[in-house]
Amino acid sequence: MRRFAELLDRLTLTPARNGKLQLLETYFRETSDPDRGYTLAAITGNLELPGVKPAAIRGLILERMDPELFAYSYDFVGDLAETVSLAWPDHDANEQVGPTLGEVVSLLQSASRADGPALLGRILDRLEPSGRYAALKLVTGGLRIGVSSRLAKQALARMGGVPIGEIEEIWHGLAPPYADLFAWLTGQTGKPENLFAAPFRPVMLANPLNDGDMGKLDPKEFLAEWKWDGIRVQLSSSNGIRRLYSRSGDDISNTFPDIIDAADFEGTIDGELLVGTPPDRVGTFSDLQQRLNRKKVSSKMLSDYPVFIRCYDLLFAGGEDCRSSALSERRRRLYDVISSLPADRFDLSETVAIDEWQALDHARNNPPQPVIEGLMLKRLDSTYVAGRPKGPWFKWKRDPHVVDAVLLYAQRGHGKRSGFYSDYTFGVWSGDSEPLSLVPVGKAYFGFSDEELRQIDKFVRENTVERFGPVRAVRAGPEAGLVLEVAFEGINRSTRHKSGVAMRFPRISRLRWDKQPHEADHLNNLLALLPDKTTR
Amino acid sequence: MRNVNKLQAHEILHPRPEGLYCPLGDFFIDPVRQVDRALITHGHADHARPGHRSVMATGETLDIMRIRYGDGFAASTQIASYGVSTNLNGVSVTFLPAGHVLGSAQILIEANGMRIVASGDYKCRPDPTCATFEPVICDVFITEATFGLPVFIHPDDRLEIGKLIDSMDEFPDRTHLLGAYSLGKAQRVIRLIRDAGYDEPIFIHGAFENLCAYYQSQGIDLGPLLPATVEPGEVDFSGKLVLGSPSAFSGAWSRRFADPLICYASGWMRIRQRARQQGVELPMIISDHADWRELTETIRQTGASQIWVTHGREEALVRWCDLNGISARPLNIVGYEDESE
Repeated sequence: MRRFAELLDRLTLTPARNGKLQLLETYFRETSDPDRGYTLAAITGNLELPGVKPAAIRGLILERMDPELFAYSYDFVGDLAETVSLAWPDHDANEQVGPTLGEVVSLLQSASRADGPALLGRILDRLEPSGRYAALKLVTGGLRIGVSSRLAKQALARMGGVPIGEIEEIWHGLAPPYADLFAWLTGQTGKPENLFAAPFRPVMLANPLNDGDMGKLDPKEFLAEWKWDGIRVQLSSSNGIRRLYSRSGDDISNTFPDIIDAADFEGTIDGELLVGTPPDRVGTFSDLQQRLNRKKVSSKMLSDYPVFIRCYDLLFAGGEDCRSSALSERRRRLYDVISSLPADRFDLSETVAIDEWQALDHARNNPPQPVIEGLMLKRLDSTYVAGRPKGPWFKWKRDPHVVDAVLLYAQRGHGKRSGFYSDYTFGVWSGDSEPLSLVPVGKAYFGFSDEELRQIDKFVRENTVERFGPVRAVRAGPEAGLVLEVAFEGINRSTRHKSGVAMRFPRISRLRWDKQPHEADHLNNLLALLPDKTTR
Repeated sequence: MRNVNKLQAHEILHPRPEGLYCPLGDFFIDPVRQVDRALITHGHADHARPGHRSVMATGETLDIMRIRYGDGFAASTQIASYGVSTNLNGVSVTFLPAGHVLGSAQILIEANGMRIVASGDYKCRPDPTCATFEPVICDVFITEATFGLPVFIHPDDRLEIGKLIDSMDEFPDRTHLLGAYSLGKAQRVIRLIRDAGYDEPIFIHGAFENLCAYYQSQGIDLGPLLPATVEPGEVDFSGKLVLGSPSAFSGAWSRRFADPLICYASGWMRIRQRARQQGVELPMIISDHADWRELTETIRQTGASQIWVTHGREEALVRWCDLNGISARPLNIVGYEDESE
């Protein structure tokens, strides 16, 4: 348990992705089965444990300490699991090592709902503070360590020296504590066979099209289609088993029963999940967000925000693997599959004529619907290859929107940027008449060069008007302040921001030392970009 | 336990805005404002302030004040040796080791047959850089409560140093930037790192140089130390260990280090959220203050029937005393800090 607890502590405090990868890889290498397998299950959300409610945990600690001293402690620490882990009377001095993660998991799994809390108490007695914290986080659900399943799989890939796609492909056929997976990754056995029905297949991704690329490409060899702003999904159906996966391989079937019910085919389809009714009514990404990450879906949700899949590709037809055939062939067969499916749930992604690059460039920036992010260009002869191969597929996004905003707050960065103010909150003017005021509209922490970072940092230090912990408020008025040109992909309504809007994917595109803050944009310019809600 | 008349104790020592005052002996202990005569428990800036007319403290504390404030920090000074009693207007004062930092002392005050101990800041576990704390039997024990909550139990410092050593193995290219308070904590941590077998040069921020040199002059071997305050690019710090005060990390100084891994040695690191807020990647729970267990054990060991709590989490420690049938009250002295531990 000690190694697991230490790993959680380190991951919580390590901001950088590479640092987290390193910690995970070392852990998986150095820890034995089944502990590392249960850790993997906990991180990827696959560890089934009977839950213990916070009230029961509070009850456990109050059997062991004065309520007033507990209240002072909780007040100071602020987190129940942490307070209990720290204030718990210390462990049995006779037990030097403490239970392993594997023991803790099997004890908890054997408990009935009624004796869960008492059992948890006995486990906590045998652990040290970090171990107690880890155990409490396991039973209350939610480790909150900032590690995605994909990152964990990446660490496994590094550990075993295998492509991550191979792990993703067998992932859904594996179960905790994953002894067969680790045996393969450590070279003791071969790759576990995937007996799982309707498995996930690693997806193929595109590279951005750069300015110089066009001249080298022959339009006749390519297919162009719109790049839709939904979520990329994979729908797999085999012998009555139907599953919907996100592009990183998370099973999201339960969130979209409307799709699952309609998936009356055999094979695997790659497409974009969108809200609306095809072919003409497509909702915005914020409409789609209403449907994401829900465990249960109400019938009202289903009727207010119906979803469908705009199909891009076919990976399997029946039991036949089509990935090594050409895109043109796969599209033809995809068309056949879709024609027998309900038209309100599935349609074929429309192609865009490519006569010459210039016309296409115009189309990219003037798409027929606002939920289109740009174009995809795919070689007609391309096979379906996992990952992001260079050459066969390109994404050609529409040019971003830009706005001139005023720097309002800056926060210190981490890792390579510690010591620099590198996270910026910026605002635009708001109000109908003078004096206008600045309202925050977004936050960005990249897009600038190292030299620009130094310049902004210097500006922040010299123009600080107030400090809040690691955050500084900087001078910002009509005549004094720093104007930032911010590029972004779109605007959504937001109830969380005072301005009422939220930017998608904002980044700093230029520093406008030449402009005065009063020349920055007005909120109305952003509101004008809001997608029309009636398109749904 | 000896029963004490509360009024009697109060006549010998009581709080005033300047600090704890003894009218019989006409002196203050660790005054936060300038006074005529000050007895100083240790050299941390909130306890040892410049500008008093006369200062009595251990030789080490006086040296530290001289290093920090210059020769004119007081008009006159008097050295107090551990265990040697001095008579001040009929009040006997004795300085005894407090185990907090080099030269730190508790002050035993005896008058009218009553014994009062003002312990200043203290810790009970051994520290290779200063004399070890001794509990003193007394009637009134005046204690700090910086870590006066049951959640604060400091682990064995060797385990915490082990975390640092392991991290340097796991991230051999990153600069480990270790934050520590400049007086006491820095030197103790360096000594502990040496005890763990690390004998490469340790780089220190310029603000640490004088105090580290002073500790070494007092026979505390800190091993090879090199300045970290050099022109950017002059030294390749990757894979090195650099010590500085945490406040220096947010400034321009920290930028010369390649992908630094921020470590912080402090009792506050027991709380994850504290570490997270300060951007600490490797928290090391190493404190120069007594933890909850040491505070409560010490209170019992002194046999005192009255506990006065000076600063920190007073309410919880007073509550513990209540639960254990010991009379206790907070003194509410303003001016002592605990954030810089």
